[in-house]
Amino acid sequence: MGRQAGCSKGKGGSMHFYKKDSNFYGGHGIVGAQVPLGCGLAFAQKYSKDETVTFALYGDGAANQGQLFEALNISALWDLPAILVCENNHYGMGTAEWRAAKSPAYYKRGDYVPGLKVDGMDAFAVKQACKFAKEHAMKNGPIILEMDTYRYHGHSMSDPGSTYRTRDEISGVRQERDPIERVRKLILSHDLATEKELKDIEKEVRKEVDDAIAQAKESPMPEPSELFTNVYAKGLGVESFGADRKEVRATLP
Amino acid sequence: MLAISRQRILGQCFQKIRPAVSELRSYSSAAKQITVREALNSSLDEEMSADPKVFLMGEEVGEYQGAYKITKGLLEKYGPERVLDTPITEAGFTGIGVGAAYYGLKPVVEFMTFNFSMQAIDHIINSAAKSNYMSAGQISVPIVFRGPNGAAAGVGAQHSQCYAAWYASCPGLKVLSPYNSEDARGLLKAAIRDPDPVVFLENELLYGESFPVSDEVLDSSFSLPIGKAKIEREGNDVTITAFSKMVGYALKAAEILEKDGINAEVINLRSIRPLDRSTINASVRKTNRLITVEEGFPQHGVGAEICSSVVEESFAYLDAPVERIAGADVPMPYAANLERMAVPQVEDIVRAAKRACYRSVPLAATA
Repeated sequence: MGRQAGCSKGKGGSMHFYKKDSNFYGGHGIVGAQVPLGCGLAFAQKYSKDETVTFALYGDGAANQGQLFEALNISALWDLPAILVCENNHYGMGTAEWRAAKSPAYYKRGDYVPGLKVDGMDAFAVKQACKFAKEHAMKNGPIILEMDTYRYHGHSMSDPGSTYRTRDEISGVRQERDPIERVRKLILSHDLATEKELKDIEKEVRKEVDDAIAQAKESPMPEPSELFTNVYAKGLGVESFGADRKEVRATLP
Repeated sequence: MLAISRQRILGQCFQKIRPAVSELRSYSSAAKQITVREALNSSLDEEMSADPKVFLMGEEVGEYQGAYKITKGLLEKYGPERVLDTPITEAGFTGIGVGAAYYGLKPVVEFMTFNFSMQAIDHIINSAAKSNYMSAGQISVPIVFRGPNGAAAGVGAQHSQCYAAWYASCPGLKVLSPYNSEDARGLLKAAIRDPDPVVFLENELLYGESFPVSDEVLDSSFSLPIGKAKIEREGNDVTITAFSKMVGYALKAAEILEKDGINAEVINLRSIRPLDRSTINASVRKTNRLITVEEGFPQHGVGAEICSSVVEESFAYLDAPVERIAGADVPMPYAANLERMAVPQVEDIVRAAKRACYRSVPLAATA
């Protein structure tokens, strides 16, 4: 929303969250670029002997990117603890999978790197797959997880999501494969909670989200001086300029 | 007593009447000479020794000892975990380097030449340069991208481009370009220690050249400030700015101009971004005339920015239009005679300086 209270203080953008202290290194705007970056994180984890792994997520659209294969090759050569997760929702923005990829078996694309295909709409399957992948990656190097999933909304804020598929398709998936619905049914059928208890949880969560949105909306836009902050980690006191440099200049701290 | 003091006075007199050296290099008492290659190699060695987070990555940097031998001996000394030979996949390994920098390591990524950096330029600009800003300071990128830039000799159009102007236009990057061995040591050390992404533009033809260095330069703690130009030669009549190999050409041009009574001030930019506008403007306010020299393509080049800066800040001090010497506005030709015409030569700088000093008839305006 471009507000001060945001995790990137209004400077990043609607898809650009970062929380380094929670090991979340960001949503990246260049499709596919995040995969080499993720492999780089895995490299650093191995270098630092941290005994941790990196999950690098990308979509079926990004799966065709050349740099993905370059990074995978290096990760396999150097045994990096990198887990590449292809979230296959069958559309790369507005282009259906069958129009973009000659081979839609993304989990097999690794060739010499093993891959698992997972029902991405089953939370437990996803959890088990990630656990398995983490153990594998720490011992043997990279692995690919293909999550078979679906996207209800459009690709981004400017895509309505309805020009390239039918509404029936969207509502069909929602009825039959919705992940939260599936867990709800399991909980009820195993008497782990009552309908009312689940409804209460839903109400609570909705309130939490609404409160967060309200808080975000109340947050002011960044101060004009923020235009010039964080250009560098170490600004060296150099000058930066606004559109009219005789009118707006700043010293970078 | 008298004898001793006379000796001392005589000694001082001898020092004063020693002929002034026309090229004011940074001589000091210990005039050891090292090549630019040795300067870069020793800097990498010292910085890797001082900080275990520094590692090297690139094509042929390890077992081959470096395509231009800049990384010679480092694999043997630091091992394959810290000196990594990569496949020929710039986009992939540069992205991996930037990701490692996100985590807090300090990669030094070598491009065999900066022409190949175009394969990885998305990671340099979008993944490295912009991250600190977009994350509001959470993710800084302490990475160095280094390698030879600009024309070599007879390598053709696809291997001869200068990228100074392209990278220096991007906020979030720092762009450095050393000339001599002192620059090479000081600027590379500063680049590796800097927490921001630095593009370090070397020059293949300078690798083998020797320059004198003082003990201070040879000390492992030596570094030069980023963003400060150096006045290589003081003068009063005309300012000549240059970087990398062109600094040598500018100094030679200054010697020739001296014989014609034109006293040129030569500025070695050292830092293309941040550009040391205050040193450049102070010099132009003194000399009132400016020649900018660069190897790269002229349009939207480094000289264009310097000219703009001077027009904005020191217009009233200019006694002549700013002159711009740059590479020819054509892809680099292969034939040796055409290549010579495509790269600035000393006589081009001399001619431009004379024009600025109204010592030659200006060319008639062409369409």
